[in-house]
Amino acid sequence: MNTMNMALPGGIDCDVHPALPGMQALLPYLDAYWQEQVTVRGIDGLDLASFPLQMEAHGRRDWREPGGKPGTSLERLQRDALDGFGSRLAICNPLYGVLAIYNEHFAAAVARAMNDWITAEWLDREPRLRASITVAAQSAEHAVDEIERRAGDARFVQVLLLAQDEAPLGNRRYWPIYAAAERHGLSIGVHAGSTFRHATTSNGWPSYHLEDYAAHSQAFQSNLLSLVHEGVFNKFPALKFVLIESGFTWLPAFMWRANKTWRGVRAEVPWVDRAPGELIRDHVRFTLQPTDSPPTGEDMERLLEQIGSDDMLLFSTDYPHWQFDGQNVWPAGFSDALKRRVLVDNPRNAYPRLKEALQ
Amino acid sequence: MARHIVAAAGEILPGGRKLVTIRGREIGIFNLGGEYFALLNRCPHQGAELCKGTLIGLATSREPGHFELTRRFEMLKCPWHGWEYDIRTGQSWCDPNDTKVRAYPVTVEHGATLVKGPFVAETFQVAVEQDYIVVEM
Amino acid sequence: MTPEDGRTVVAEAPASASRSKLKLIDCDVHHALRSSKDLLPYMASRWHAHLEEFGRHRPVPFTAASPYPKTAPALSRTDSWPPNGGPPGSDLAFMQEQLLDPYNIEYAMLHLLMSGMDERNQDLGNATCSAINDWQYEHWTQKDKRLKAAIVVPGEDPPAAVREIERWAGNPDFAQVSLVTHAIEPLGRRRYWPIYEAAAALGLPIGLHSSGNNGHAVTSAGWCSYYVEEQHNVALSQQNLAISLVCEGVFERFPALKAVVIEAGFVWVPSVAWRLDQHWARMRGEVPHLSKKPSEYFRQNIWYTSQPSDEPENPEYLRQSLDWLGWDRLLFATDYPHWDMDNPEQALKFRMSEAEQRQIFAENARAVYGLA
Repeated sequence: MNTMNMALPGGIDCDVHPALPGMQALLPYLDAYWQEQVTVRGIDGLDLASFPLQMEAHGRRDWREPGGKPGTSLERLQRDALDGFGSRLAICNPLYGVLAIYNEHFAAAVARAMNDWITAEWLDREPRLRASITVAAQSAEHAVDEIERRAGDARFVQVLLLAQDEAPLGNRRYWPIYAAAERHGLSIGVHAGSTFRHATTSNGWPSYHLEDYAAHSQAFQSNLLSLVHEGVFNKFPALKFVLIESGFTWLPAFMWRANKTWRGVRAEVPWVDRAPGELIRDHVRFTLQPTDSPPTGEDMERLLEQIGSDDMLLFSTDYPHWQFDGQNVWPAGFSDALKRRVLVDNPRNAYPRLKEALQ
Repeated sequence: MARHIVAAAGEILPGGRKLVTIRGREIGIFNLGGEYFALLNRCPHQGAELCKGTLIGLATSREPGHFELTRRFEMLKCPWHGWEYDIRTGQSWCDPNDTKVRAYPVTVEHGATLVKGPFVAETFQVAVEQDYIVVEM
Repeated sequence: MTPEDGRTVVAEAPASASRSKLKLIDCDVHHALRSSKDLLPYMASRWHAHLEEFGRHRPVPFTAASPYPKTAPALSRTDSWPPNGGPPGSDLAFMQEQLLDPYNIEYAMLHLLMSGMDERNQDLGNATCSAINDWQYEHWTQKDKRLKAAIVVPGEDPPAAVREIERWAGNPDFAQVSLVTHAIEPLGRRRYWPIYEAAAALGLPIGLHSSGNNGHAVTSAGWCSYYVEEQHNVALSQQNLAISLVCEGVFERFPALKAVVIEAGFVWVPSVAWRLDQHWARMRGEVPHLSKKPSEYFRQNIWYTSQPSDEPENPEYLRQSLDWLGWDRLLFATDYPHWDMDNPEQALKFRMSEAEQRQIFAENARAVYGLA
């Protein structure tokens, strides 16, 4: 039963996860050399360890076939996510393990194949879908080639990176990617997850998935520190960064601390000409799921006030990850006016290339 | 307001400073290239002895990776939290205000200007009268 | 001459008279060795020659500096260098003059930013920890009864750590057990449990001050470039540390154990706890050893020191954090003599009742540490 307030407009779901069934599905999109490599060497199973798909948390029971891999079916995504939430558009963020491959040429080949696969089997078949460009950020050169290759297709709205890569994402090694994205009006999506170049916490390897999952939020914060202090927002002022599946209730405390530290150490990074909190409010957005909600709606209202901007949250279901039950996509404490902004206005502003689609 | 003699002319060398107490308040007198400035020895942030801070220049940048230092030794770095104050005006740098984005302009200027902070260290008028340096307070 | 956007703030007199009259328990003060040679009298002679030739051996790139240069020498307030020489925090008389006496400090919990725990030569590490404790006892806690030390233990060698704890058991000069927080494994992991068992049995909290080096990148997303980042990233590591203690089940196994997370502040705790609760609800099967929601452990077994105090535009936001966290959870700390220390008279600018002030500035600490 759809318990959503039907007076709310259909929105833009900024995080859905079509899943690649396996390398078999990519073979048609690989060239002869890579087809042979993959087949002869038996290369498969590049699903990210950050999201083991048999875990119910990463595939809601009513959104998957029993024993099957959640997210592989377009029909289910249409029914469960698009129709289910009345969404006008949904942005696909495929999480197959391109970014964690060490052979950068292989990574680039898989990235290219992923983008061909998502175009042919998702975007071409469902006009309400948009997508992130999968890139092999291991090599900025390869990544920029792939961005240039896809930029002409307006259905690609974003370049996808993972939050736990080899270096924090403000690092200059990523700047050619940001330059290419900015040139083409693409946003940068930073999705939760690790390439496992480093332990999942700076204290080493926790025992449990639960801890790894919780630790995504610290990783996102480290990335924000990097983006701010390396000067990415100064260098690429038109670029928007979307933190995806990051949570957002940690944001006020983060901004207070970042502002305070910066004031005392400013001269180390003299190009940072505004407080970190200001830069983040202008350049960074967050998808709604997971909400990591406080106990009451009143607490959430206070938290939203502490964030200090209504522009930052973007509607998402995170389909098929299990972030809420039934249709309860909204946490308590969101007014209808805010919901409307989160559903339509904020995503439209976060993704310049969507504006055309929403004419 | 009264005039208080704080030092003999020439006693505070260029680049130097002297701490004096006038009417129970500690004041730092600074000589910047022959000009004198006086600041209350109390940081508005958490009350540190501001005038004992390190003399620094003003680091600015037009873009990431570019570094420029001007106003050498004309800025004071508070000994505690390191906030930077312009000795000439008492103005702090770095806007600590978590102002809401609605009230803030969207365009970003590339590093040419620093955002002024709302804190201003208390300053006093200093004059050189014949053989003495005088503070009015 | 007035600035365009600024407003003149007239420097106020020390905030509230009532605070100056409060007795304070300062839960984070950094004493320091005047010289590394200070430990030699407490170390076997074989170590004298060893240290002379080989020095210390830790997973860090430089022998005598951090790859993230701090914003001030010795990370300290530039006015905290003792007039008689030595680095900030190394001179008891100057510490008394600058901190303990003027702020009416009843007790100060000492945290040395050096340990043998991250020393790669394990025998040297063990000897270093013991020497540190002997030195603290002779030169600090016995010389000023306001000072309480932490038992510094070689946590990567749990049997040796337990022996060191037992050596000081019952000695009122030592109020807690200290481990470095950047340990080889997250501190909730089972290999460290014998230490928690010993501490809990003695009623000693574990004091977890951000410290140490484990060879992991300072963030889970790799190595940052700047100190301005690193300074904040180590506080994020403290968040992961607390998550580890909770999720590994340390407080299930040792329900009486108290942990103090030091120098990370407190405003982050609610959102970490809410996040854990939300995802624990969907991953419960993985952690059947937890009999309670994660948030409950954050509010029952862990305390948090106040410094660096956060400064939101509206200071009342801090009250909201404390309302969720519990007013009994917060322990005031200056972090003297570090550059980002808090002035007890000026920090934490939100309104507080007298009862709340007493709790934060003294009584919570008195209860946690069992002080008279």
